[in-house]
Amino acid sequence: MAYKGHKINPKKFEPGQIKIILIILPMVLLCGLPIIFIIFHAFKPMEELFAFPPKFITTHPTLDNFRQLMKNSRTASIPLSRYVFNSLLITGTVVFASLIFSTAAAYSLSKLKYKGRAAMMQINQLALMFVPVAVMIPRYLVVNVLGMTNTYWSQILPLIPLPVALFLVKQFVDQTPDSLIEAAYMDGAGELAIYFKVILPLIKPAIATAAILVFQQVWTNLEASNYYVNDDGLKTLAFYMNTLTGATSNTVAGQGVAAAASLIMFLPNLILFCILQKNVMNTMAHSGIK
Amino acid sequence: MKKKTRISNRENSNRAGYLFVLPYAVLFCIFILAPVVLAIVLSFTNFDTIQFPSFVGFLNYINLITGDEVFMQYVLPNTVKYALIVGVGGYVLAFLLAWALANIPNPLRTIFALILYSPSMTTGVAMTVLWKIIFTGDQTGYLNSWLMDIGAINEPIIWLTNANFLLPIVIIIGLWSSMGVGFLAILAGILNTDESLYEAAAIDGVKNRFQEMIYVTVPSMRPQMLFAAVMQIVNSFQNGQIASLLAGNPTPGYAAQLVVNHIEDYGFIRYEMGYAAAVSVALLLIVQVFSMISTKLFGEQD
Repeated sequence: MAYKGHKINPKKFEPGQIKIILIILPMVLLCGLPIIFIIFHAFKPMEELFAFPPKFITTHPTLDNFRQLMKNSRTASIPLSRYVFNSLLITGTVVFASLIFSTAAAYSLSKLKYKGRAAMMQINQLALMFVPVAVMIPRYLVVNVLGMTNTYWSQILPLIPLPVALFLVKQFVDQTPDSLIEAAYMDGAGELAIYFKVILPLIKPAIATAAILVFQQVWTNLEASNYYVNDDGLKTLAFYMNTLTGATSNTVAGQGVAAAASLIMFLPNLILFCILQKNVMNTMAHSGIK
Repeated sequence: MKKKTRISNRENSNRAGYLFVLPYAVLFCIFILAPVVLAIVLSFTNFDTIQFPSFVGFLNYINLITGDEVFMQYVLPNTVKYALIVGVGGYVLAFLLAWALANIPNPLRTIFALILYSPSMTTGVAMTVLWKIIFTGDQTGYLNSWLMDIGAINEPIIWLTNANFLLPIVIIIGLWSSMGVGFLAILAGILNTDESLYEAAAIDGVKNRFQEMIYVTVPSMRPQMLFAAVMQIVNSFQNGQIASLLAGNPTPGYAAQLVVNHIEDYGFIRYEMGYAAAVSVALLLIVQVFSMISTKLFGEQD
């Protein structure tokens, strides 16, 4: 019997797939269990946190850890609401600005002709390889020289340019047909109108993907709070949650609170990704570096 | 050949093009490009953040290679080991998992993909506490308790200060969180390969799924493979930070000291910025070498 070639992306379940599922299952468990563990842990009452031997599953879920988290913040000098406000302000501004700037740049680099365009794209592509932690120190010096230390700006501006986001959006804009732009141009639309009315509606999946990537960067970012601002009133929720996980996770009682804090930081990422995952896969299909 | 369109002929595009790219380009230059250039400049100086940097030529690099025993004995071997297992190993694993996922139907595929991807959302600090709880060093720690339960060990192991276990732990966490953007790109690439290629390959004598994977799937999605490789390398180096979050910096006995921890050590603890910059440049070069190899493997071959 000659080999027929099998179908990738099957539509139906077949018995032959059980073998494949069994092979990937261990890795799925390895990835999933720690996440499930932290969820269980966050809802454990005190006696289960102290239980010996320790138990994986929570039998009497409670919100005590979250309540304790609120209580801790009441005695702190900065109220929790301030950290939440800072995080929302910073994350919101960065995501919004980053999306506008990278889609505009992507449109320009993909569809408009001018000198230096190819070079700019090359540089951005090269920047995919700049490991952010490697330039942590010089970036701190730049922020310092610009006099932005201890401002919101230092936590917003450095996080706006994200080479991966521009790269993915640009690859996606490449796929949009020139004829649509041409038609709009013939109808008298200017560049700005084409950008808003033709390009943006066509690249929604890429915008969603960029939004997720930027959000993940900003929401859990500690670098800015740790190094760029000294004023506690300007720091973010991520910073506050990290002080909790750092200082209290050594005691068993603190572990529950720390787990709750981790969960609060993690959930928005997860929810956002679940909602937008179709868009992400759609964008990734065009992600190749040629 | 691309058809010449009116768009490409439009002269007035020029100025508008610059305007559209300007906001991104300015911020990119200030916060991404300038720091890299600054790192290179500072790496040739002696700079303690207080006095103005003084030029020292290649001294920092010479010290790095000949004088820094910690770097040569611990940091470099650790980093190579880590990069090979988490970077290269994680990449192969990402491909195999994506390929397997492409062979099972929805909704199971989406659920599995989501589970595999979710650890990469926790990068950095969000989940440090999780590992601290699991690897607690007495019998109340989850791993200790479990291993004692099944009789694998008699005494609890102090995981996070034990030089024998620290690097493996950091590597496992690295692998755990390595199914990120690169993994998604590979999955999307595999799902989008042209089905007729598989039929054609079968006629040409491809005999099984493994051959299909090597001769059809991989070549037809080179660009995604390259993108994923770059993402994988960068993320694996970036995630090395977890070592100092778990065990402090420097890590006990330098057991899990990776290049990123070495940079932090010199930059933010000892304030020897010039030297830290030289280590940063070394790291950027290491990444560059890895991505050049990837480009050789998956770049356009015409």
